[in-house]
Amino acid sequence: MIQIVDLHKKFGDNHVLRGVNLTFERCETTVIIGRSGCGKSVLVKHLIGLLKPNQGKIIVDGEDITNYRGAKLFRLRRKFGMLFQGSALLDSMTVGENVGLGLRHHTALGEEAIQERVKSRLALVGLSGLESLYPAELSGGMKKRVGLARAMALDPQYVIFDEPTTGLDPIMADVINELIIRLQKELCITSIAVTHDMVSATKIADRIAMLHEGRIIFDGTPEQIRQSKDPIVQQFIQGSASGPIKPV
Amino acid sequence: MANPLAFIGRKSISFVEQVGGVIFLLGRIFKSLPKLFGNFGLTVEQMSQMGVSSLPLVLLTSVFTGAVSSVQAAYQFQDFVPMRYLGTAVGKAVVIELGPVLTALVVAGRVGTSIAAELGTMKVTEQIDALETLAIDPVPFLVTPRFIAGLTMLPILTIMADFVAIMGGYTVALLFLDVSSHTFLSGLKMFFHFRDVIAGLFKAFIFGGIIATIGCYQGFQTRGGAKGVGQSTTRAVVISSVLILIGDYFIASLLF
Repeated sequence: MIQIVDLHKKFGDNHVLRGVNLTFERCETTVIIGRSGCGKSVLVKHLIGLLKPNQGKIIVDGEDITNYRGAKLFRLRRKFGMLFQGSALLDSMTVGENVGLGLRHHTALGEEAIQERVKSRLALVGLSGLESLYPAELSGGMKKRVGLARAMALDPQYVIFDEPTTGLDPIMADVINELIIRLQKELCITSIAVTHDMVSATKIADRIAMLHEGRIIFDGTPEQIRQSKDPIVQQFIQGSASGPIKPV
Repeated sequence: MANPLAFIGRKSISFVEQVGGVIFLLGRIFKSLPKLFGNFGLTVEQMSQMGVSSLPLVLLTSVFTGAVSSVQAAYQFQDFVPMRYLGTAVGKAVVIELGPVLTALVVAGRVGTSIAAELGTMKVTEQIDALETLAIDPVPFLVTPRFIAGLTMLPILTIMADFVAIMGGYTVALLFLDVSSHTFLSGLKMFFHFRDVIAGLFKAFIFGGIIATIGCYQGFQTRGGAKGVGQSTTRAVVISSVLILIGDYFIASLLF
C-alpha cells in the first residue's frame, strides 16, 4: 500500500501540489485524472523519488521513503515499474535489450534465462519475436507495449502508467487498457495510472481520483464519479468547455 | 536587464551552481569507478566511438598543423636562426602545445557535442528517468564509461596527432623549404626530452576528462525539447574549449 500525506511541490513560484492526500490499495488500479499540466505526472514521479516534495510524506509498505536517496532509493525502485508517456525506450538498444535491461543489472540470471524472461514478457504484451528490432522501427502502440514489457520484467509490485493511451488510436488504446486490466487480475499488481482519457479511466479503474489546482477534489469508484454533483468533476468527465474550469 | 546588480547576481548564482554541479558529478563518477568492470562493454564501446570516429579529423588537422608550424618557423628563422633548429621548433611546439591542445579542441567539437546531444535527447525523452525507475544509476551506466573513454582516448589520439603533425612539418620542410632530411631530423632530436612528451600526454589526459565531464553535465542539464538539446550542445563545446585553454595555461605553469 502507498500513502501520500499532505504533499506539496513548488517549482519556483508555481505551487503545483498543494496538500495532496491519497492512498493506493494493494491489487487495485487507481486512476488519477485532471487537466493537462495540473500536476498528475509530478505527483506520480514523487512515488519513485524522481522528484522530492517541499512538504509532506510518501509511505510505501509502511516505510517513509520521502527522503530516501542513493542505494535505499534504488532498492525501493525495484518494487516499481513505470510506463512513460512517450515509452522512453532506450533508442540505442534493441527491444530485447530494453526489456532485459533491469534483469541484466539486478539479477544473477544467465543470458539464456534472461532471453527466456524477455520472450515471456514480450509474449505477455503480444509482441513475440520482435526482440531484435530497434524502437525507431516500432509504431507508437508497439513502443508502449514494449515499455510495459520492460516495466514488468522485474515482477514489480507497483506499476505506474503515465498517460498510457495518449497518442494511440482507439483500438490500440483499448488493447493497452485490456493489458492493464489483465496484469492487475492475473498478477495482483497495484496499478497507478495517470490520464485525461475518461474512456480509459472508467474502463481500467477500481478507483478514480481527480487532481485539480494541486488538491484531490474527488476520490471514489467510476460509478461514484459519474454520479458526482461537483460541477468541476462533472465538467471534466463530460469534456465540456463551459463550466467552472476555464480553458487556458 | 532592468537592474544590472540583479543581473550580475543571477549570473553569479548560476555560475556557482554550474561549478557545484560539475564537482558533484565528478564526485559521483569517482564513487562509481568500482562498478566500472560491470559496465566494461559500454566503456569499450565509448572508447571505440570516441577514438575511431575522431581519428580522421584529428589526423587531418594535425598534418596541416605540423605543416604550418614548419612554414611559420622557417619564416621567423629567416636570416637569424639556422635551419637546423627547424625540427626542434616544430617538434617542441607540436609535442608540448599544438598536439594536445588542437586534438582536444577537435575532440571537444566532435565528441563533446555528440555526448551532450545524445544525453540531452535521452533527458528530454525521459530515457534517463526510465533508467532511474529501473533502479539503474545513470552515472555508472552513461557517464563513467564516457569519462574513462575521454581519459584514455585523448592521450592515444594525441600520440597519433603528434606523429602525423611532425611528419607534416617534415614533409613541408623537405619539399618546400629546402631543408634536408638530416637537418630536420637532427634538429628534432637535438633538444628532445621525453618529459615533454609525458607533459603533453598529461595535458591530453586532463583535457579528455574535461570534454567528457562537461559533455555529460550539459546533457544531464538539458531542459525542453530540440531547442534545449541545441543549447546544451553549444554550451558543451564552448565551456570545454574555454576550460581546455585555461587548463592548458595552468598545467604549463605547473610542469614547465
